[in-house]
Amino acid sequence: MTPDQIQAMRQLLYRLADDQLIIGHRNSEWTGLGPVLEEDIAFSSIAQDKVGHAHALYQLLHQELAEPEPDTIAFMRDEKDFFCCQLVEMPIGEYDFSLIRHWLFDLAEQIRFDAYAESQWMPLAKVARKIKGEIKYHVFHAETWVKTLAEGTEESKARMQSALNEVLPMAMGMFECKENNALLAEAGWITAEAELQNQWEARVKACLQAWGLQWPAQTDASAFLGGRHGYHTEHLQPLLNEMTEVYRLDPSAEW
Amino acid sequence: MYGGGYIHQDPNQKPKSHLAEGEDPIRLAEFEARIAAGDKIEPRDWMPAEYRRQLIRMIEQHAHSEVIGSLPEGTWITRAPGFRRKMALMAKVQDEIGHAQLLYSAAETLGKPREQMINDLINGKSKYSNVFNYPAKTWADVAVIGFLIDAAAIVNQVANSKGSYGPYCRALERICYEESFHLKQGHDIFVFLATGTEVQKEMVQQALNRWWKPIMHFFGPSDKSSVHTETLMRWKVKMASNDDMRQQFLNMYVPKIREVGITIPDAELKKNPLTNEWEFGDPDWAEFYEVIKGNGPCNSERIAVRKWAEDHGRWVREALLKPSHRYTVPLA
Amino acid sequence: MKLNSLDPRVNRMELPDENPYTDQVLHTMEHWETYEVFHQKKRGTQHVHCGIVHAPNADMALLFAKEQFARRGETSNLWVVKTEHVMAVDYGDADIFETTPEKVYRDASGYKVMDRINEFKKKQNA
Repeated sequence: MTPDQIQAMRQLLYRLADDQLIIGHRNSEWTGLGPVLEEDIAFSSIAQDKVGHAHALYQLLHQELAEPEPDTIAFMRDEKDFFCCQLVEMPIGEYDFSLIRHWLFDLAEQIRFDAYAESQWMPLAKVARKIKGEIKYHVFHAETWVKTLAEGTEESKARMQSALNEVLPMAMGMFECKENNALLAEAGWITAEAELQNQWEARVKACLQAWGLQWPAQTDASAFLGGRHGYHTEHLQPLLNEMTEVYRLDPSAEW
Repeated sequence: MYGGGYIHQDPNQKPKSHLAEGEDPIRLAEFEARIAAGDKIEPRDWMPAEYRRQLIRMIEQHAHSEVIGSLPEGTWITRAPGFRRKMALMAKVQDEIGHAQLLYSAAETLGKPREQMINDLINGKSKYSNVFNYPAKTWADVAVIGFLIDAAAIVNQVANSKGSYGPYCRALERICYEESFHLKQGHDIFVFLATGTEVQKEMVQQALNRWWKPIMHFFGPSDKSSVHTETLMRWKVKMASNDDMRQQFLNMYVPKIREVGITIPDAELKKNPLTNEWEFGDPDWAEFYEVIKGNGPCNSERIAVRKWAEDHGRWVREALLKPSHRYTVPLA
Repeated sequence: MKLNSLDPRVNRMELPDENPYTDQVLHTMEHWETYEVFHQKKRGTQHVHCGIVHAPNADMALLFAKEQFARRGETSNLWVVKTEHVMAVDYGDADIFETTPEKVYRDASGYKVMDRINEFKKKQNA
């Protein structure tokens, strides 16, 4: 790898890992508070998987690209050094918001990691192969829920549509960093970001049509860009303060 | 996780006769003989109404204790320090909801639908283990709860898993298996704090000081002399006396607390050299009864949070109702 | 007054610091029907009944079964079946099985000819 490519890979991995950590953290907030016991358990497992994926990716940064230990990366960085998309930072809202976010996010993950499983850079391919089975299940979970609620009552259908209208522009921000990833795509290490986004949009549209939901009229992502470059909503800093409250009491201690 | 050794008894309500009006003494004799022989009772067996009532009450309270028991530790779910602790705590709190599901299912086989049990929890009609009405003030409280409350729960649940009602025994077997993970992860945090920096040591000592009284209350007041207990023990609904379980807990865990240099906040606690058992000071039963009445530090918050969860999940549940759904009592 | 909690998640709920008891209750069937769950640990072994889940349909029942009964340890497969579709023998009729263990002629243990063979061999050798 050239130094430019290494830097691009480092950036990519931070973006991927931070997405996982922050959405896993957010979704874990539902544990013990879900709409029905069985779903409470299910949603918590998915949150745990995400935090596990974050760990695997930070581990990759640590082992392959000489970044610090996963705990240090996750618990000691400043907000501006996080590169998650703004979608994952948003508070959990009502269950409709959390479900739609879960669906749009995991569908993108599935397409992304299925592609990365074929990466020429073996360390990434290995992690992608390991986690793609879990992501497949996450998508199955999300689609079962969104479909069932879209086909439920007038209220649940309306809730799905309005959550979708709200979340879709945010979700577009997932695919923000096209230039950076182009460098890696040219080298054949990853699939180009635009290609992933096209596949994702096609799949979302097909599902919406099948479930009787509409592709939102407003899909402009411009209000939700910047996450990939360290510019975040007002929600990330409080999240990080909360997440690291105990760890930062004494970062040198073993907890 | 939490059996809550103490089965709440309404002091104004006299225990009912073990044979209800119209019940056949011959069937009762057969029923008792089956239990005495070590056989299990299954859901569709004949059983005395009082046996059914007591079991529903006990299993339901146990289930509520799991649901509410997820909240004190849940207090720290977003703040666990480091990946290992973060994932373990998420899994542990999740297991508690899983245990509630298993226990509600066992209670349902006795004919009380889950919706009714949850209603009785949120309208205050049905109790849960008192210990969860105390706050988890620091990260070290997670250690004390995970280690010692889970240890106490295991003592209780292992005893109950040898009881007479098949579905409850099966649920408890699985629960005890998972609790052993809870106990280990709680002990792990406890040991890391107790053997860590001065700040960490102080944190866990303070947490134990706060929790010791509720832990001593966990198994409930002395019940050896109660006639009521005698019938429940013959029916293998209650498997061990509160005092015996408390003693077993102390004998097992006092040394494990002390070996890492943590002090137990009871000046009267000492090992009797003749009996080899730990003797302890009066844990203030007046406070215990106050908390049961609803005056503990967190009673209203716990119920308010559960009610929030029910209220915010209502639209989801209602959206998926179908007129074709019919209630069938679960088989086992 | 808002309830002030030690749990940041609870503070975000903005709960009133008043009587928390609700008038609104769960109605019958709000947790849907139940499905019986069968778990297969490894290929080649039996599916074993392991409990129930409440679910609005079979797809959800499978999702929930995975989480409740297969979130740790090994699993190779799961089945769910609506509780109402399971027919069971009444425990009161357990006497129909009572004499079955006595039918030793159906059992390998009911056939012990070694004594006879030994006797035969002894006679041959004599």
